[in-house]
Amino acid sequence: MAADLTTYDPRNLHLPEGEIMRSGHLACPGCGAALGMRLALKALGPKTMVVIPACCWAVINGPYPFGALDVPVLQVAFETAAISASGIKAALDVQGKDDITVMAWAGDGGTFDIGFQSLSGTVERNDDIIYVCYDNEAYMNTGIQRSSATPYGAWTTTTPAHTPKAEPKKNMVEIMVEHRIPYTATASIAFPEDFVRKMRKAQSIRGAKFIHLWISCPAGHKSEERSSVKIARLAVETGVFPLYEVEDGVHYTINHEPAFTDVTEYLELQGRFRHLDESQIENIRRNLEWEWLRLRAKVEMGQKVPSPPAPVKAKVDEGAHEPRGE
Amino acid sequence: MRMVLKGNGAVAHGVRLARAQVISAYPITPQTSIIEGLADMVSEGKLDAKFIKVESEHSALAGCISASSAGARVFTATSAQGLALMHELIHWAAGARLPIVLANVNRAMAPGWSIWTDQNDSLSQRDTGWMQVYCESSQEVVDSVIQAYKVSEKVLLPTMVILDAFFLSHTYEDVEVPEQSMVDGFLPPLDLPQKMDLERPAALGNLVFPDRYMEFRRKMDLAHDLALGVWEEVGREWGGLTGRSYGLVEEYRLEGAELVFVTAATAASTARVVIDAMREEGIPAGLLRLRVFRPFPAELLRGVLAGRKKVVVLDRNCSFGHHGIFHQEIKSALYGLPDAQRPPMYGFIAGLGGRDIRPDDIDGMLRGVWEGRITDPVSWWDVLEAKDPARAAVVMA
Repeated sequence: MAADLTTYDPRNLHLPEGEIMRSGHLACPGCGAALGMRLALKALGPKTMVVIPACCWAVINGPYPFGALDVPVLQVAFETAAISASGIKAALDVQGKDDITVMAWAGDGGTFDIGFQSLSGTVERNDDIIYVCYDNEAYMNTGIQRSSATPYGAWTTTTPAHTPKAEPKKNMVEIMVEHRIPYTATASIAFPEDFVRKMRKAQSIRGAKFIHLWISCPAGHKSEERSSVKIARLAVETGVFPLYEVEDGVHYTINHEPAFTDVTEYLELQGRFRHLDESQIENIRRNLEWEWLRLRAKVEMGQKVPSPPAPVKAKVDEGAHEPRGE
Repeated sequence: MRMVLKGNGAVAHGVRLARAQVISAYPITPQTSIIEGLADMVSEGKLDAKFIKVESEHSALAGCISASSAGARVFTATSAQGLALMHELIHWAAGARLPIVLANVNRAMAPGWSIWTDQNDSLSQRDTGWMQVYCESSQEVVDSVIQAYKVSEKVLLPTMVILDAFFLSHTYEDVEVPEQSMVDGFLPPLDLPQKMDLERPAALGNLVFPDRYMEFRRKMDLAHDLALGVWEEVGREWGGLTGRSYGLVEEYRLEGAELVFVTAATAASTARVVIDAMREEGIPAGLLRLRVFRPFPAELLRGVLAGRKKVVVLDRNCSFGHHGIFHQEIKSALYGLPDAQRPPMYGFIAGLGGRDIRPDDIDGMLRGVWEGRITDPVSWWDVLEAKDPARAAVVMA
């Protein structure tokens, strides 16, 4: 079944009108990360602070003394996006500023790879931040090198076409879910209303929230600039990138039932998959089926298993003797 | 009030009195009891702070950097491997001009694993833009932590307050812990000139092209120059409030001293005993204790050491391939002196990996140099030397 790409006329979209991201940013033409940030900040509004580690957005936002965002931005070291957001949140809390949303905005390398440890720490502590990974499936800012978010079969400069990436993409969403954070969701720039809704939902929940945003990258995916939204939409409609959300680590909701368009429609638009032969494409199809069986089983599991018991704050009685040693 | 505190306890009380607002820290021996003490203070409501219990030292400092950028007074503590893991962010904190205070308990670097003291961990961070203060006693530790916030917040540079593993971190001493009201008068709440602020949104930490980068670094260097005077001024102000004044260095029995022993940290306490005994005998010895190592008080050292007969420097550290780091730095400070004023210098590397430096050791160094038996400009002290140095250099064990 072919995906219906015609109903997504942007003129029919219902999105917040305010703009926090200004023109004059340095993104490449057709960059999904620029569109993603624009939508994220439309959703969160002006009482937001943004953390950006090393990633494309560290360039897109502009060099000193410029900035493309009308909210405070802290650019931080590559592997520190999550803890940096935690630190800002803690500083705001002690100053009594509890109405500000802190968003970490990191690429797939900064999330799946080098920032993984710090992210795990932050979400394990359930720090009250929104972490958005904008995922273009490789180290694009350094010139297209493989990350653990790169999918099976993709060409990158470190996985050349005759030995493309042999391993499947790391499943970051499930890793976050297993930290039992209150809210985890996937999102796509091709489904902006769904993305905005998820960002606002994340903003309304206290604790750690993780949003996995799939974005196109013409330079790294070797695709046409004008096809960025189309490719992002096909990632969803082929089943490659399911749109779903998970609450309390157990309740799964699939937000868009894909058309399950054949994956070749998605692959053919991107030069990074041009070298794939039929057996490799068949392998991608078989893995997609398996991933979907697994996802649907989790949806079913969430219908049977209740939310985890509400946390009870540990409280020590006055005068209780705490064990302690040197 | 008077309390019996370990060096680590003194750090925690200093942080409490400075009213740190965000603590972001990770355990490592021998620092851990600092953050345990702070965890207790926060838990019991004695310190109104957020304590982020991070998953690594790297994140510990990253949390301090971002919390400080958002306007909070912050603290962390570490040692050795932890400080080395922070290294990227040690540069970052100084480059971002954040008044972070970090307590580093000096511990030798692995391998072989060692939890005992030497200074190679903190001195490896020499060129990062941090200020460094080496402490001798628990009293100096609590006083220096509070002063560090004041100086850091005036010059917008981070400070590392440094204490020896075990000899200071885990040794109990009688300490006068200042009253909160006095410290509040000395150290007003943090008010950074630039921070993350919804009213004035700005991008901090972004790309800087070659036409601007050097100016940022020049400002850091100028801030260090300014800090020399600020440390002296703040040390005097503290003296006025408490009766305990502090300078960039401490001079002990230097009047008429022809033989000057220079060292930092707890080895200075041992040296005092030796100096007193030598003075009794009529040997004109004195002690110069380095306290503030960055910014480096070169001019002051030149003034104090000019015209002395012999200068002996004890380094609990080594820059491999050259020699002791305090020795190098002091030697470079004396270069501008005329020949007649420039004293011959003798460097000793001793006490690495926590090896004890006893009064006999210092006595041996000083007498050896004074009596002309030791003439080498650099010596390793109290070390088992191999018969065949060339072979020893390339064979383990």
